[in-house]
Amino acid sequence: MKNVFFLFFLFVVFFAKSSFALVEIDITRGNLNPLPIAVSPLYVESKSSEVLKELEVGSEIAKIIETNLSRSGLFSPLEKDSFVQKPDIAHLKPRFEDWKLIKAQALITGKVNITSEKLRIEFRLWDVLAAKEIMALAFTTVPDNWRRVAHIITDKIYKRLTGEDGYFDTRIIYVAEKGPKNQRIKKLAIMDQDGKNTKYLTLGNELVLTPRFNPTNQMVTYMSYFRNLPRVYLLDIETGVQEVVGEFPGMTFAPRFSPDGKKIIMSFAKDGNSDIFTMNLETRVVERITEHPAIDTSPSYSPDGKYICFNSDRSGYQQIYVMRSDGSDVKRITFGQGIYGTPVWSPRGDLIAFTKMYKNRFYIGVMRIDGSGERLLTENYYQEAPSWSPNGRVLIFYRETKSGSQGEGFSATLWSIDLTGYNERLVETLTDASDPSWSSLLSK
Amino acid sequence: MNKSIFLSVIFHIIVISLTAISFPYMIKKPINLPPIISIELIQISDFTNIPYAPKAKKILEKIKKEKERVVSEQAPPKIVKKEKPDAIPLPKDAKKKKKIKTKKQNPKKIESEIKQVSEFEKKKLFDPDQIAALIDKSKVETAETIRKSDKLTQSQDKNFIASGLTLSEEDAIKAQIFGCWSIPLGLPYSENLLVRIKLKLKSDGTVIKQEILDHVRMNIPGQDFYKVLAESALRAIRLCQPLRVPTTGYDRWKDLQLNFDLNKMLKG
Repeated sequence: MKNVFFLFFLFVVFFAKSSFALVEIDITRGNLNPLPIAVSPLYVESKSSEVLKELEVGSEIAKIIETNLSRSGLFSPLEKDSFVQKPDIAHLKPRFEDWKLIKAQALITGKVNITSEKLRIEFRLWDVLAAKEIMALAFTTVPDNWRRVAHIITDKIYKRLTGEDGYFDTRIIYVAEKGPKNQRIKKLAIMDQDGKNTKYLTLGNELVLTPRFNPTNQMVTYMSYFRNLPRVYLLDIETGVQEVVGEFPGMTFAPRFSPDGKKIIMSFAKDGNSDIFTMNLETRVVERITEHPAIDTSPSYSPDGKYICFNSDRSGYQQIYVMRSDGSDVKRITFGQGIYGTPVWSPRGDLIAFTKMYKNRFYIGVMRIDGSGERLLTENYYQEAPSWSPNGRVLIFYRETKSGSQGEGFSATLWSIDLTGYNERLVETLTDASDPSWSSLLSK
Repeated sequence: MNKSIFLSVIFHIIVISLTAISFPYMIKKPINLPPIISIELIQISDFTNIPYAPKAKKILEKIKKEKERVVSEQAPPKIVKKEKPDAIPLPKDAKKKKKIKTKKQNPKKIESEIKQVSEFEKKKLFDPDQIAALIDKSKVETAETIRKSDKLTQSQDKNFIASGLTLSEEDAIKAQIFGCWSIPLGLPYSENLLVRIKLKLKSDGTVIKQEILDHVRMNIPGQDFYKVLAESALRAIRLCQPLRVPTTGYDRWKDLQLNFDLNKMLKG
């Protein structure tokens, strides 16, 4: 009986080998070229209001999506002149051969109409090579909100094609600057991440610096002057109400919210010594985090709130340190040449962005949270204050140009750069700008 | 007892079945053979013996004479015995081999005596095998074959051929896919980022069927990234097709599995 089984086993093994021999090839490399994508203008229905047609909302939305995708560096929108199919027909059923012909791998089509005074925007994302629809969504909103819908659509497309959250439906708060260098007027300003819809939040009577969003994007903390003393302020964007944070007998600066938004962490300087403090916004309880004769400043929480990174000159010159959120277990993480400052923990939690000064040049870089793997992304005459996009892929910072003795030729501009270091872009602003801070996603 | 009889019966049934399968004439009807056609086999001589026409015969004889005359003019080169003191004597083995070869090969074709060999070449050709190869070109091939068979290469590995592609064939496909695969950059690199896709190919490399082997993962909550990765891999295949497959041995590669492995890529 055993022999029969043995023979049967041999039979199975022999035939299994010959019939299931499958060639396996490991693909362990790919390309990082931007994905060719066609963004067809959104079709405006004929029965819709003439206003929509006059504003060319369909084309404008497509243009915003296209610009967003292009700026990410991960997509390469194709020239509209090469499109063969009309938007209305393409939205119903694209002729994929036509889109393949122009090398598109993904296609976006859409339709806009107004029903009962509400703007309805629908879009479809097509996989051209697979000849199938991979996403279709519709948004209904007030007609003035069409720009924001375009950003939301971009986020959806971005996530569907890259696997990570987008960062397009976000805002940036910054310091808008005007006037000669020695008499700068600085106002708090807020805008969409693409530089549109700018609004000023302060009048410019007082100097403002380092504005930061809270996690819900409703509040902003920043530094301004109160009775000629730099103090940390809190501003409600919706109501415009602002207040001084805490009654400190010295100057407070470099504020930032904790990840849960319940605390503000900041530096408090008195008698030439600067330490890190937190203030609970509900209980107004102030807590000392560091106590050292050196200057400790620029604190930033890790996304889980368990750690804080900051810069300090306790080693003799300015370096970056990491400690637990209660101030214990302080560890220096930078040991490279030069001066390190403005550390900011990535929303992903894996990296810390920083500014480095070395041989009179300024660098924006990133490193792992233990200080290893330092990568300098960009170098310039003067640049600092990096701030992360909500998905942790892009940094925004500001750059100043060299000026003459009278301040001529001076400018301050906002720039963005992604983690590869290759996709550096100017962020257009109405005026000179500095100290940018990126909000989290408005629509989650 | 009953059990033994039962097993014996089963065994006999198996033996009879196997015999029936092995000897088809037992179960098949005799084939109706067509009537036999007799064919007379005749001996074909080396040369046709059809008598030439007198005129043609004269012309042919004239040509023959001319040929003979030409041949006589081209006398074979003198056989010069190598008397140089530094000449390297042929090893005894080589001579033996030479003798063996002359028996096997057509002696007319052997031109060992005529061949001019420089001293430099002689030194190089000291290897008895090589000298023998000079005598007979086919010997070179034989020697090479023997040398190759000492080491088993991939192309000679019968199992390898039967079940896979050679390295260069594999590399051609890899290189093609590398160019087509746009890697999604936003994936969580700590997760398992391996997508295995089974392909059925036409002989020209066009994909007939593609199947994601772990497609269940595409619908698992929290594994959205896998869908993105799998779709990017499918796009790469579609973009690349027809794949650069070998022109021969369709059976070897008609079924292909591509493992798109981002984890491996990140680890280098």
